[in-house]
Amino acid sequence: MELSIDHASVATARRLASAIADPIEDFIARHSTVSVERAVARLCGIDGVDADGVPLSNRLIDALPARELGAARVLGAALAERGGTPQQFAEAVAAGERLPDPAATPDTALRAALRPHVDAGLARIDASRRAREALLARLPPAEPPLLYVIVASGNIFEDRTAAVAAAEAGAQVIAVIRSTAQSLLDYVPYGATVEGFGGTYATQENFRIMRAALDDVSERLGRYVMLTNYASGLCMPEIAATAALERLDMLLNDSMYGILFRDINMQRTFVDQHFSRQLNARSGIVINTGEDNYLTTADAVEQAPAVLASQFVNEAFAKRAGVPEEQMGLGDAYEIDPDLEDGFLFALAQAQLARQIFPNAPLKYMPPTKHMTGNIFKGHLIDAMFNLTSVMTHQNIHLCGMLTEAIHTPFLGDRALALENAHYVMRTARHFGDEIEIKPGGKIERRAREVLEGAVRILEGVAERGLMRAIEDGTFADVKRPRDGGRGYDGVFAKDPAYWNPFAEALPGAAAVV
Amino acid sequence: MSAVKPYGDTLNDGAVQLSFTLPVDWSEVADEAARQLVGKMGFTDVAVVEGRSIASGFSFFVVYARTPVAIDVSTIVASSAIRESLSMEQVDELIGKRVGRKLKVVGACIGTDAHTVGIDAILNMKGYKGDYGLERYRGFEVFNLGSQIAVEDLVRFAAEHRADAILASQVVTQKGSDVANFTALAELLEAENLRERVLLIAGGPRVTNLLAAELGYDAGFGRGTLPSDVATFIARRMTERAVN
Repeated sequence: MELSIDHASVATARRLASAIADPIEDFIARHSTVSVERAVARLCGIDGVDADGVPLSNRLIDALPARELGAARVLGAALAERGGTPQQFAEAVAAGERLPDPAATPDTALRAALRPHVDAGLARIDASRRAREALLARLPPAEPPLLYVIVASGNIFEDRTAAVAAAEAGAQVIAVIRSTAQSLLDYVPYGATVEGFGGTYATQENFRIMRAALDDVSERLGRYVMLTNYASGLCMPEIAATAALERLDMLLNDSMYGILFRDINMQRTFVDQHFSRQLNARSGIVINTGEDNYLTTADAVEQAPAVLASQFVNEAFAKRAGVPEEQMGLGDAYEIDPDLEDGFLFALAQAQLARQIFPNAPLKYMPPTKHMTGNIFKGHLIDAMFNLTSVMTHQNIHLCGMLTEAIHTPFLGDRALALENAHYVMRTARHFGDEIEIKPGGKIERRAREVLEGAVRILEGVAERGLMRAIEDGTFADVKRPRDGGRGYDGVFAKDPAYWNPFAEALPGAAAVV
Repeated sequence: MSAVKPYGDTLNDGAVQLSFTLPVDWSEVADEAARQLVGKMGFTDVAVVEGRSIASGFSFFVVYARTPVAIDVSTIVASSAIRESLSMEQVDELIGKRVGRKLKVVGACIGTDAHTVGIDAILNMKGYKGDYGLERYRGFEVFNLGSQIAVEDLVRFAAEHRADAILASQVVTQKGSDVANFTALAELLEAENLRERVLLIAGGPRVTNLLAAELGYDAGFGRGTLPSDVATFIARRMTERAVN
């Protein structure tokens, strides 16, 4: 099944997306944020919390006398002057010790003092990546679409039970949905957690607990079960760092989602997403972008071009952070109105269009949510059509729709039914998409053309005004966000010429920094 | 009808379908346990039509059974906040003639809930199912504060802007967070002596008008609500107030 698409339009869209991303990259290169610096601290081995439960990485960054120099410079100076480890230093700072003036230590001395800890951090990331590669080779996953389900009880131990049960029922990717408030916390909670709302806190310990359980079940099933979480919100880089260390396999990570849907400051988000993605690139983590969100709040037919435009923008930013195409899980969702005649054709057109425009990207396909109701029987049927679209268009990461989507976070039995639905449809129609041809000039092809043309128009408008201005004007999702408004703006700062981030230098995508 | 029972294929057969998961490995014993469990719930003629393992330590069942109990529908009270809804033009005209100014409506998804799909459907100009949202009405001035709004911030905003109506939305219901947030909002408005000055409206897929009334709200709107239902309610209540 191939759509005839206008390759010149695709090239134009890519050129426009580059023109949109480049000025933002200039801005990113000149700025850092408190969350980037906290991620640097964590990668240097700083972990744990103070007596009040505040993470040591927060205590350290909050205490920096001149954050525009970067945390690494101060850490290096402290180690050069006093010896010890970054962790010992962070503990001392939390206990009230004053930070050294980095200007008092020669540049070469402070860099040399921190270097072993930077190398150790990078080595841990690389070891996680190699461990994943070895596991994937030894325990190959089933063929895509990879069936992805969420667990969201609020209690990591219940989540663990649910995740293992889902893996046994055929799930290949487990996402631990975060507590809804977490994206707005300016710190990463600590330890194993058993309380959350609409999800479970992302903490390093929770990552470890879930990874260990999934490694166990992977061995038992003979196929590697992947783990994913959310590098979004105010702690995007820290989550990316923690996920790299604890061998998560995927991360939800969008260049604009937080701005539009969580009212996080745009400057903060752009800087944070870049460093996060540099980390994702090095750690081999597949990012999942959030285009589905455009469709949950607005009409899917009308917003289809915005989804494609956003995919181009996400691709452009990911490229600039060194993320290879094989790690770009660009998003879309089956949110078409079930009452719309030929709605299935529209969804198919869009999914196939993305497949052909981004041939190497492990596309992420999200299930129906907006039109799901308490009628679970109809809901199960809508999910089946979504499953069919996904297998026909060779989507890679398939978030299984739950028949109880509109009612509650999934019950254990709901996940089993969802997986059964996906297994059935994808088995019975496995090669259907390869066996049929799309009618030239027919409804599907015309729809795909419309969507591509619409995306180019959106990108033209954004490129002309600049991305920040376009977001201020409400171009995306009808949401207007001021450049200096939103959450986390006070955590953005311009780098000093002497700013130093040894990780950003060492990671892919570094060319854009400096 | 004074004694109503579920209807399968014959009046008063009391037929129901259930499905559930038990945290036990599947076996004939598990099937029988499911059957007896449903019997203990008070059902008769229990048939476990599907029982199977869905994971180690978990089994899923589909069960048909009959209930011996009936309900007297004539004694049931469940008011709806939705009366015959007016069109956008009618609502605007009503407000224009009887109130004579724009009504200020403040909406928010309160507490930790980040799911604005409901409040957006009601307020955003675009609306829902071809029914325009309140932003499109001439009779309303709308402030949609968005997601994860602390009740303190919502109350402060409503007071500063002299809101006529507050729309609080909750989609996430896990562990009773929705009721806790709704209650916190109502209590804070009481404490600030603002409760009488605003129409307080709850919304969300699991909200009923009955629940809203119990929580001290003026109305509750659940699944399937159209913007014009909410608009009509606000306009009618405010015109009643204007008259009084």
